[in-house]
Amino acid sequence: MPSDAPLLSNSLSAAQIAHLEERAMFVRTETLRLIAIAKVGHYSSTFSCAEIFSVLYNDTMRLRRGEPRWPGRDRFLMGKGHAAVGLYPLLADWGFFPASDLDSYTRLGSPLGDHPDMRLVPGVDFSSGSIGHALSGGLGMVLGGRMQKQEFDVYVLMGDGEMQEGQVWAAALSAAHHKARNLIAIIDRNRFQLDGRVEEVIGIEPLPDKWRAFGWEVHEVDGHDVEALALLLRRLKADLTRQTPACVIAHTLKGKGVKFMETEPGWHLGYLAPEDEARVLAEITGKGDAA
Amino acid sequence: MSGPITSESLSPATWQYRQLNARAPSLSALADALIELAEAGEPVAACTGDLQYSNGLIGFARRFPERMVQFGISEQNMVTAAAGIASTGMIPYAATFASFLALLCCEQIRTDCAYSALPVRLIGHHAGISLGFYGTSHHATEDLAIMRAIADLAVVAPADGAQLAAAIRATVRYPQPIYFRIARGHDPVVYPKNVAFELGRAIRHGEGSELTIIACGSMVHPALQAVTALRAAGRSVGLIDMHTIKPLDRHAVIAAARGSKALLTVEEHNVLGGLGGAVAEVLADIGGAPRLRRHGIEDSYSLIAPPTHLYRHYRLDAEGIEAVAREVMA
Repeated sequence: MPSDAPLLSNSLSAAQIAHLEERAMFVRTETLRLIAIAKVGHYSSTFSCAEIFSVLYNDTMRLRRGEPRWPGRDRFLMGKGHAAVGLYPLLADWGFFPASDLDSYTRLGSPLGDHPDMRLVPGVDFSSGSIGHALSGGLGMVLGGRMQKQEFDVYVLMGDGEMQEGQVWAAALSAAHHKARNLIAIIDRNRFQLDGRVEEVIGIEPLPDKWRAFGWEVHEVDGHDVEALALLLRRLKADLTRQTPACVIAHTLKGKGVKFMETEPGWHLGYLAPEDEARVLAEITGKGDAA
Repeated sequence: MSGPITSESLSPATWQYRQLNARAPSLSALADALIELAEAGEPVAACTGDLQYSNGLIGFARRFPERMVQFGISEQNMVTAAAGIASTGMIPYAATFASFLALLCCEQIRTDCAYSALPVRLIGHHAGISLGFYGTSHHATEDLAIMRAIADLAVVAPADGAQLAAAIRATVRYPQPIYFRIARGHDPVVYPKNVAFELGRAIRHGEGSELTIIACGSMVHPALQAVTALRAAGRSVGLIDMHTIKPLDRHAVIAAARGSKALLTVEEHNVLGGLGGAVAEVLADIGGAPRLRRHGIEDSYSLIAPPTHLYRHYRLDAEGIEAVAREVMA
């Protein structure tokens, strides 16, 4: 588990890898459980970034248990706020609020809605929902920290469809200009958005070239390989020579872990009846017949 | 021509123009107030979007360069980033033309600043039709209506540089975001330096049994002149400087409604949804209210002209306000 003294070795033990994989599975099973309360939700968008959540909150980020407002903490923002259902269980895991609060997900007056709300949910560093704002918000946090001589890292998770929003590129341009070296953008490159394939809706390639052209250091990684993800994010955290912000393009599968969601688009927003939910749970956990 | 420009290298008229523009009193008041607060240990910061000379924040940037962020022409990015800055404990003052703030950045203000309850200060300068012949893209005659509809956002329209400085000082620790609507920086002086300011508490400039004028921002000065002329002519006319549009000083409105036969709101704004709209809502709530005339831009786009010509055309100068007041009292 991370602490305020980050452990930045360049390898992970088998136990560490197993733990990160287990936490990713936890994100998926909790997502299933919570969406069953709402009876509609973003399964596949959350499954594609489950490993990213797991690695950030169990290996990369400097956080303090039970102290969601610790000023020195690393920050996390979600441009793709609709995947917040996968974040909430990890925040509860850090003791930012009681895990029993998760049971109120989306019910009348609950702090936990489809999109994350910093005003209501301890541990949520920035509210989101309207796609394209988060990178600007993250840049502001870096600049605000710099004014106060605080050197925390700021991680901004964005969807690949989000690259179509102009404010992302305004933020990218100004972050590079201001040498926001502790700003790390992670793009969940799952290749789908609501209306279909990203490349068919409004193509965004060549994506790495675009970020490089905007002055960012660019890395590509398998977004479901917890070891590769963790090592890359450790390297970026440890690299004090970098003068530019860094962009991690995480290649992922929308709906990862559930075969019919991986192979068939249209699960951006979905509902699973109890019997299908049980089937999906068995597939995710590897328990029982996934067919 | 090479080297620094001096009064010798330019014609007197060109030089005079440059000097005038370098001296915008209201907008130097913004930077001066922020410098004072920063020197007093307040965690204030400033953000600009390629307008640091127009809004005078260059003065703050020279004194506290590490507290100033230049965002270039990316206003939405600036406003969201200001929310991020505020989330770390700083108090950012993000300035751009009022039209860009209210219209281009409306969602960033609503969702990232107001809904998130972050103490961002939004400085909408060159508000109303003060940009004259630059045209509708640069006019803000909707900003009060838009900002007023956003929950948890305070809306303040100071009358001059002294009141702006006072408002900034008085609200520095206000826990929620504030929209400050200010003019060009060539505002005539209404108040002395160090005038008192209390958010949501209007300033009364005398009472009147025939009429109370309720004005805000740039309209306070000409309204004062109009009131002076009317009183000199024996009319009983009062004036309220409603510098805070939200939260509105309902007591001041109700007191005026009880004490005057008629009310006249004056704003450099569409007559829909701004100061006049806010006052009308109060009057509708209390019932039995006196006649109200909402004076401003009549739900249309402003003509193009130099600002003073526009104020005359729309009867938003002292003579125009006086004439409208006489109509209301007739």
